[in-house]
Amino acid sequence: MKYLEAIGKYFIMIYEVFRKPTKWPIMRSLILKEIDELIFGSLGIIIFISFFIGGVVTIQTALNLNSPLIPKSLIGFATRQSVILEFAPTFTSIIMAGKVGSYITSSIGTMKVTEQIDALEVMGINSVNYLVFPKIIAMLAYPFAVAIAMYVGILGGWIAGAFGGYAPSGEFVKGLQLDFIPFHVTYSFIKTIVFAFIIATIPSFHGLYMKGGALEVGKASTTSFVWTSVVIIILNYILTQLLLG
Amino acid sequence: MIEVENIHKSFGDTHVLKGITTRFEQGKTNLVIGQSGSGKTVFLKCLLGLFEPEQGQICYNGKYYSELSINERRDLRQEMGMVFQGSALFDSMTVEGNVMFPLDMFTKQSKAEMQERVDFVLERVNLIDAHKKFPSEISGGMKKRVAIARAIVMNPKYLFCDEPNSGLDPKTAILIDNLIQEITKEYNITTVINTHDMNSVMEIGEKIIFLKDGYKEWEGTNKEIFKTDNEAVTNFVYSSELFKKVRQMYIEERN
Repeated sequence: MKYLEAIGKYFIMIYEVFRKPTKWPIMRSLILKEIDELIFGSLGIIIFISFFIGGVVTIQTALNLNSPLIPKSLIGFATRQSVILEFAPTFTSIIMAGKVGSYITSSIGTMKVTEQIDALEVMGINSVNYLVFPKIIAMLAYPFAVAIAMYVGILGGWIAGAFGGYAPSGEFVKGLQLDFIPFHVTYSFIKTIVFAFIIATIPSFHGLYMKGGALEVGKASTTSFVWTSVVIIILNYILTQLLLG
Repeated sequence: MIEVENIHKSFGDTHVLKGITTRFEQGKTNLVIGQSGSGKTVFLKCLLGLFEPEQGQICYNGKYYSELSINERRDLRQEMGMVFQGSALFDSMTVEGNVMFPLDMFTKQSKAEMQERVDFVLERVNLIDAHKKFPSEISGGMKKRVAIARAIVMNPKYLFCDEPNSGLDPKTAILIDNLIQEITKEYNITTVINTHDMNSVMEIGEKIIFLKDGYKEWEGTNKEIFKTDNEAVTNFVYSSELFKKVRQMYIEERN
């Protein structure tokens, strides 16, 4: 019953996000600020993780292909498929659920406990639109970060393969070009946009509807990370079934 | 003027406000007092429109809140200023940004006009050198002044203050009280203040209502509160030995 109530409240919040919009010049500056905070502020960690994940995928694939009958180009192929289909969109989204999600929950939650949200409401401002809408729009730039994650992940795989002696550079690149299906990139970006919406809205929901003080802000951040990750994992399965199944 | 007619408010099984009826007049500092848990904050939030009473009506200068559309309610809220207990300043904005925020949001004034208005209200609350500071860089008393400046920048018809003196030293508390009273008179605002501070009650309480367990137990002025025989009020107001002696002296002097 508690979960049903929470789901209902979440959809009411989504409705509120698009009702009574904030004045455009103010909203524009909020969106730009959020793009800087949520997307550009996360690029460092995304690049770092993607690079090493790409490298690890290459090494593990190489170590599991012992047979001389299997061409080394398969290492490049496996790295490309793993990075484009799963690691870049899903793994990065889980990282973003932790980094961006907890930032969103804690910043909105702190505003809630310090009555800043009440202050917005008293002024006649739709606080949900003011706080959540810019985050949703800013997260539309998230596929850009995932595109970088794809590129850097494959680059990391190539460097690990070529310089670690697991796959010659030529073979790896040949594998990257093998049986390339452009729809896989589209599928990945479709997932990314859905995950972006989830990363912007579920943590906002946990921040807006939290009760209590500073301790509860911390708890709400943890809960929001758990639920954002759970929803991403479930939607990942559903979208994969729908788009590739 | 705000007229409150028999309002009730519950949260689950807890009946917080139990039929409060009163009237807050324009140009007067109206105080709501009572012990913690007596329903003061819920009452104030009902007046602000943040909580909707299950029963009863609140009327703002002839307009019943329950009869207003969502947009009319938002418009009405733009006529309200609120000073929160913890000031509720926006952390990410400077003092100037906080005060300019409502102007930026709701008016079509030019940057220069807004700046002029912000400078005026900050000067009015005796804050001159803090324009570019962030809330974390100023004292509690200064935060309260910024909150008052933000509350009055749009020339509100109604000013609500939730324990504006909490956490302040007695001298600053008196300055804040006097400032609120001066502003109330100057702009002819209907001001409602939630307070625990007995100095405020004695100094600026032109109308006082005392809440107890969600009921309005007593109402009167700061002069009448000296004379009242209502036991609940006297136990609350004269809870300290000092105030008990002051009251005793007053009664002896009167006799």
